[in-house]
Amino acid sequence: MELISPTDWAKEKVQSVQEYSLIAARAIGNLFARPRYLADTTQQADLVGVGSLPIVVLTGFFTGGALAQNSGVTLQRFGSLSLIGQLVSLGMVRELGPVITGLMVAGRNASGMASELGSMVVTEQIDAMRALGTDPMKKLVTPRVISTVFMLFFLTIISDAFGIFGGGVASSLFFGVDMHQYWSTAWQILVFQDVFMGLAKPVLFGFIIATVGCYYGISARGGTQGVGRATTQAVVASSILIITVDFFVTRLSMTMFGQ
Amino acid sequence: MISMSSPPAAATQAIQDISKPGDVAVEFDDVSLAFEERQVLDGISFQLVHGETKAIFGVAGSGKSTILKLALGLIKPDSGRIVVLGEEVTSMTENQLFELRRRVGIVFQESALFDSLTVRENVAFRLYEEGTVSEEEIDQRVREALSFVELEHTVDMYPSELSGGMRRRVGIARTIITHPEVLLYDSPTGGLDPVTSNTIIELVVKQRDLFKISSLLVTHRLQDAFTMGTHYFDRTENRMKPLPPHARAEVPMGFLILRDGHIIFDGDLKSLRETRDEYIREYIS
Repeated sequence: MELISPTDWAKEKVQSVQEYSLIAARAIGNLFARPRYLADTTQQADLVGVGSLPIVVLTGFFTGGALAQNSGVTLQRFGSLSLIGQLVSLGMVRELGPVITGLMVAGRNASGMASELGSMVVTEQIDAMRALGTDPMKKLVTPRVISTVFMLFFLTIISDAFGIFGGGVASSLFFGVDMHQYWSTAWQILVFQDVFMGLAKPVLFGFIIATVGCYYGISARGGTQGVGRATTQAVVASSILIITVDFFVTRLSMTMFGQ
Repeated sequence: MISMSSPPAAATQAIQDISKPGDVAVEFDDVSLAFEERQVLDGISFQLVHGETKAIFGVAGSGKSTILKLALGLIKPDSGRIVVLGEEVTSMTENQLFELRRRVGIVFQESALFDSLTVRENVAFRLYEEGTVSEEEIDQRVREALSFVELEHTVDMYPSELSGGMRRRVGIARTIITHPEVLLYDSPTGGLDPVTSNTIIELVVKQRDLFKISSLLVTHRLQDAFTMGTHYFDRTENRMKPLPPHARAEVPMGFLILRDGHIIFDGDLKSLRETRDEYIREYIS
């Protein structure tokens, strides 16, 4: 194995951050520039949104169900089983819904974007696009960013809903909790700051997924092996970033709203 | 030898209007470029005049394809100046380059067709991007471009359904659809059988002799460049024909040989044959 000097390693990392920042900044800047690729954006929205719907519904439902089972046992011990709806609802809306949906879409779409764009790089299609007078950042990156941010927002709402529903089914099946009581407590506990926190996260996560996926795709080098490496790195990096950003957004939101 | 359809009259007129024989289409002035530790180009200078085709030779990794990418501004040199159609590529931003690239076409080594688009969508890509051309006109121009490369029947096919030679020809059709003033060919015959290579070379000669297009052509195959230097495209017979020996100097064909990042030869076919440089003699023998 070749040894790399710490200085070169640090330079490489700083350069990666710089290149990622430039791609992210240009993706935002292009939101206000023409031409707007509406057909490409719609196609990506279909790929990200409709394509991810089954996995988001399933993971949301079962995560809510598992959360209800785990918290039900503890709550039962303290005789507070009636709070199970509140706990599942808060857990799903503030935390688990956005994070699980983000991670699922990252696994599915950040990898897809990295491999698609990576293949285009190694077969010179990106160079061909530039040579034909088209900006790949506008045609390929910006539509993916817009559609991922937009669709992840709604996918998270769906995931939250199915998570709370899954929690309700599990509570009713395993702890005999009345469904009507479950739903009314789950609904009543939610206040503006919970919904705000839960819906601010997918906007950031969607941006992370698309920009990281596109960055690794566009930076792919070294043929098919390089494309495979880019795909793996895109999933790993976007997943880590999602969880890290989640921590800070939660802290910031709690500081802002005082809870 | 294949026979090809006549070029569209409007296109011929358009090219004649913009061609200014004697003017410089592409100029490299003391251009250097290194990739990490390796010096690929070391102070190279040359000119491509309007209407001329210049074949660039060199061993693998000598920077031939890099010259084409530099001319299009796809990569930037470390030092030196590159002027294409009167515009200094080296000092232009990416957005300014997009405008210039509408006047310069490139045919990539592996054709670089968009694999998720049909042949029609590939060839019409630039027209769709311009957004000002009607569907009827797009259809007509796609048909014209595909007829030029004799591939009208592939219009609804995907690149994966085409052979290597057909993909190169679609690449040429995609490049010429907007009648660029300068064409850059990156090993257009690389990896092809002799018959298909000849078809591609005939298309290049047709572009040179009928449309007076200025071209840089990177190739490994010396015989392709010699064919171009010894043949012309006969408009009446609509095919490439050999030139009589005394008329060969009249063909606007130049040769450029790279070695270790330097240009070791820049001249016409006659001076290439007469050179006493040992390396070049070995190369062309």
